[in-house]
Amino acid sequence: MTLAVARAMVRGGEALTIMTPTSDAGSRANALDLRGITCTFPPSGKGEKPYTAVRDVNLTLADGEFVAIVGPTGCGKSTLLNVAAGLLPANTGDVRIFGQPLIGINDRAGYMFQAECLLPWLTARRNVAFGLELRGVDTAEATRRADAWLARVGLSGFEDRYPKQLSGGMKKRVALAQVLVMEPKILLMDEPFSALDIQTRQLMENELLDMWSADKKSVFFVTHDLEEAISLADRVVVMSSGPATTPVAEFNVDIPRPRDVTEIVQSPQYLDLHRRIWEILKKEVLKSYERGKTVAAS
Amino acid sequence: MNNAKRHSIIWGARLAIIVALLIAWQISIEHSRIAAFFLGSPKKIGETLVEWFTTGSIYKHLGITLMETMLSFLIGTGFALILGLWLALNDMCAAIFDPFIKGLNSMPRLIMAPIFAVWFGLGIWSKVALGVTLVFFVVFFNVFQGIREVSPVLIANAKMLGASRQQLVRRVYIPSALSWVFSSLHLSVGLAFVGAVIGEYLGSSAGVGYLILEAEGTFDIETVLAGVILLTTCALILDFAITLFENSLLKWQGK
Repeated sequence: MTLAVARAMVRGGEALTIMTPTSDAGSRANALDLRGITCTFPPSGKGEKPYTAVRDVNLTLADGEFVAIVGPTGCGKSTLLNVAAGLLPANTGDVRIFGQPLIGINDRAGYMFQAECLLPWLTARRNVAFGLELRGVDTAEATRRADAWLARVGLSGFEDRYPKQLSGGMKKRVALAQVLVMEPKILLMDEPFSALDIQTRQLMENELLDMWSADKKSVFFVTHDLEEAISLADRVVVMSSGPATTPVAEFNVDIPRPRDVTEIVQSPQYLDLHRRIWEILKKEVLKSYERGKTVAAS
Repeated sequence: MNNAKRHSIIWGARLAIIVALLIAWQISIEHSRIAAFFLGSPKKIGETLVEWFTTGSIYKHLGITLMETMLSFLIGTGFALILGLWLALNDMCAAIFDPFIKGLNSMPRLIMAPIFAVWFGLGIWSKVALGVTLVFFVVFFNVFQGIREVSPVLIANAKMLGASRQQLVRRVYIPSALSWVFSSLHLSVGLAFVGAVIGEYLGSSAGVGYLILEAEGTFDIETVLAGVILLTTCALILDFAITLFENSLLKWQGK
């Protein structure tokens, strides 16, 4: 381990004890506790080895906290989200939601996927109402709440459009409304805005921050974009390059809120943090890049 | 403007081709008795068609053929949907039944027509059975593949939103299976029609295929060709109706 990484870990460790008191300290339970999570996938073909995506990961998300997870692309960040969502059982380790062990799907959490996830045969309104209807809310009430959320994400007048008839940014807004209408306590977000152009993306990020500060959800936000991570989060966790990804450093982002993601990038605090985190992240990105090259060459 | 002009040129040319062919045909049979025997007279074919519709004698046969088409399509699609869904959602069953389905599909099914006639009699049901065997596989493979290829993210999303296994089938798998049924509609309705006509042709007591069969027995080439023209027109109208239906139903598939 390099000196820089070790130093960062110490720094992160200190911050962690201040920011997120553990449940046995007698305070409120964390929204999410991942302890010793390891995920290994069976070999994809003959002669291949099993693939360990994440190894021995400990992560916490305090109630109302916004945590960004950054790391090189393909480092197993999504795997962690899937474990937290209950979509993927971990091979070893313990997942706790507000102190309770997670069994099956995590119904306290809303998941915003990187890929497109709207049902193409339903209109924007029915897509947003979909989850409510699944939980037995009657159609009139579900429609009313769906329309209210569509208005909140700025899509009034687009209720009857099908996903095919919406732009990429609009589809993301519908997806956001689809998740938030369920009023989840925890939000899991997997590079939700990575496919958007930079302007739309910053708009969406600001909207997300507004909504988050309005009803203080706990957010796990996975991204490979450091700028996005610092602008949004209370805490940034840096993951090592895959396979067998594990957190290598943590940083508190003490930039005051409310924030504006378009302006924040000029503040000295932001620049300092960006430099410190990038120092570590760069090594992981390079490692992942080198590994990619050797795989491609072999 | 330009588009309208293009449109009228296309239709004008099509009409000209048909008229030219008919004239060439009429001239050739007037100059050669052999041609007249083998090709029949377009004038007489026209008269036969007019007579069928003015006396109304054709409606009974046409009605039976269309009824068989409809039944073949509905029954074949119904079975295919149920079996396609079931096998696509059960890996083990899919693995067990895979060789049987492939085998049945590669079997030349027209050979089965006489057997169906023995099993179901000479009425409409033997034709329906033949049509079903043709429609079933087209729809089945579409549904099976369609269900298998439902995006895993769509499924994960529905699960996160609280879908139970049953809700997943009803609200995600079946709608996407239906969209695959619609995408194979042209082919499956076409095959249902083919099944009905071939079935009639191989042994029946009514239907357009039966009329053709009967006329062939007496070397009445004009009636045979009138029947063929009638069938072609019906197939075109069916295809057009499906296109209209698709446009109204599949708005979400958009451009």
